[in-house]
This record gives sequence, C-alpha cells and structure tokens, in this order.
Amino acid sequence: MEHNIWIYLLVMAAVSYLIRMTPLALIRREITNKLLRSFLFYVPYATLAVMTFPAIMEATQEPAAGLCALIAGILLAWKGCSLFQVAVFCCAVAFIVELLLVFF
Amino acid sequence: MTTENKTCFQHGMRDGSPIALGYFAVAFTLGIAAKKAGLSAIQALIASALNNASAGEYAGFALIAAGSTYLETAIMTLVVNARYLLMSCALSQKLKPDTPLRHRMAIAYDVTDEIFGICIAQPGYLNPWYAYGAIVVAIPGWAFGTFLGVIMGNVLPTRVVSALSVGLYGMFLAIIIPPARKNRVVAGVVAIGFALSYLVNRLPLFAGLSTGIKTIALTVALALAAAVLFPTDIVNNEEKSPQSGDDSKKAKVS
Repeated sequence: MEHNIWIYLLVMAAVSYLIRMTPLALIRREITNKLLRSFLFYVPYATLAVMTFPAIMEATQEPAAGLCALIAGILLAWKGCSLFQVAVFCCAVAFIVELLLVFF
Repeated sequence: MTTENKTCFQHGMRDGSPIALGYFAVAFTLGIAAKKAGLSAIQALIASALNNASAGEYAGFALIAAGSTYLETAIMTLVVNARYLLMSCALSQKLKPDTPLRHRMAIAYDVTDEIFGICIAQPGYLNPWYAYGAIVVAIPGWAFGTFLGVIMGNVLPTRVVSALSVGLYGMFLAIIIPPARKNRVVAGVVAIGFALSYLVNRLPLFAGLSTGIKTIALTVALALAAAVLFPTDIVNNEEKSPQSGDDSKKAKVS
C-alpha cells in the first residue's frame, strides 16, 4: 500500500494534541482527594528527575562531560541561580569538559 | 491584554529563550532523522510545529521510514507521548478552576517536558499568558531547528550540538532542585528518581522497554509511593513559599 507522508504527519499531530488536551479540558476543578492531589504534586519532580539522569550523560559525546554538567547544574540550582544561568552554565561545562577530554 | 497578562507574557518569553536554544540543538538532530525517513524540509518543519515532541517524532519518523500502517503510527505516538497525559493532569491543577476552555485548549498545544516544567515552577496559579510567551519563543526554535537539520545535515560540529542539548537538562535541574532544597520529600523523590532511572536504564532486564514506557512507569511508581507515604497539603497553588505571596494573585485570566 502506498503511504502518504502528510497523512502520517496528520495522525501524529492529532494523537499528540488529544493526549495533551483531554486532561486540561476535562479536569476543570480542583481535585479534592488528598492522595490524588499529593500524587499530582509529586509527578513533576519524579518525571523530570527520571528524564534528566542518566539521559544527560547520553546527550554528550563523552558521558563524563554530561556528568560534570549534572553536578554543576545541581550546585548552581541549589545556590539559587536562574533557569537561564543554570542552562547556560551546564552547556559551557559540557563543552569545556569535552574539549579537555580531547586534548588530554 | 491587561498589563498583568503582558508582564506574564514577557516573563514567559524570558524563560522560553533558553528552551528555544536547547530545542534548536535537539531539533537539529531530529531533522537529520526526518531526512532519513524521506521527509522534505517543509514536511519536517510542519511535523515539528504540530507535534512538539522529540521522542514522539523520532518514533514517528522511524515508522514512516519503515512504511508502517497509520494505525501503528497512531498507537506508537500514543505510547511514546503518554507521559504528556500525566503532565496535563498535573497542569490542570495549576490552572484556576474558572480558566476558560479556549485557554485550556491553547495551552494543550505545547505541553512539552520543558514548557510544563517552567509552568509548574511558577508560583501560584498559572497565568496562560506566561505559557504563551514561552511557547511563541520556543516553537520557532524547535520547528526551524528541524527544518535546518534536514537542509544542513551535519554542518554544526557535533560537540556544539551535544553541549547545547545539555542545556535542556540544566533547565530541568533549575526546576526540581530549588523545591527539593525546601522540601525533604521532594528531595527524596528526586534522588530516588535519579537512582531508579539509572538502574532501569542499565539493567538488561528492562532493555526491551522503550524510554517512554520506562519514564511513565517510574513516574507513576515514585509519585504514588511518595503520595501514599507522605500525603501533602501543599499543592502548587497554595504553597506558601517566600516569593509566592503577591504572585499568587497574578494569575487573573482575561
């Protein structure tokens, strides 16, 4: 069967949007159940932590560079640096460590 | 637009700019995958502008390359992007209950890991205009990054691309670490999240699972365990953190 790339793109876009839209459109009030509220409170921290590590070590050519960026990012965020500062410093640390690893 | 909404929009644009930078780098590599699957630069641009999902698009492009059915593509997109369902549930509690449907439907367009992250980090209720500000800056970075990835392939040195892609993780850290410093349970969730994620990604036992499934399973398990063991009355909207006092009023929706 001949497939049309545009139809693929339409299918992907429709599914992606519905997944995101349904909960936002349907859950219109504050959830009162304490367990569910607590669960949703912890979801962002759990999911962002899981997505950050060890993925950050796979994003760089050298895992060590990603690890150094992780440690630098945690320290800076702990010190209260802004989103932008932490992001830029992590990039810089990863770049410098990769450069050093090439030369030594 | 009220002054308040305008301020929120500008804040969103400010916080969206590092996201755009990181998106650009990731989307660039995504464009290379799109090209392999036979997409034109315009098709890749539209795919990215409509999907806003790195793993979801990667998976989709792989299926297109393999000539899979549309149904398979739909199911795969659902599975790989299922974590957004969870994020949208959490984000629904961050919106004022009387937020109109049009705002809900508009925000839904770009619930990504990053936009979700910065929205959740806002004190008090989320003003939709904050999300819009971030979205208008971040989406072009994502869409045109994919576009240029198709056209220019491997022009950017890989070291520059890999350094830039670390920026997105840096942003995640800036979102989860400050609350972890204030709340021990959150700190525990983050630390155990790192550890479990490392184990699950290294143990051969779980090698057959896709990244999306692993992320969802770990998120649900961790958040549920934390909720059962440490039920909390702190909900983002009512959190009494030092800076949230005045800001909690700023989420007026026009």
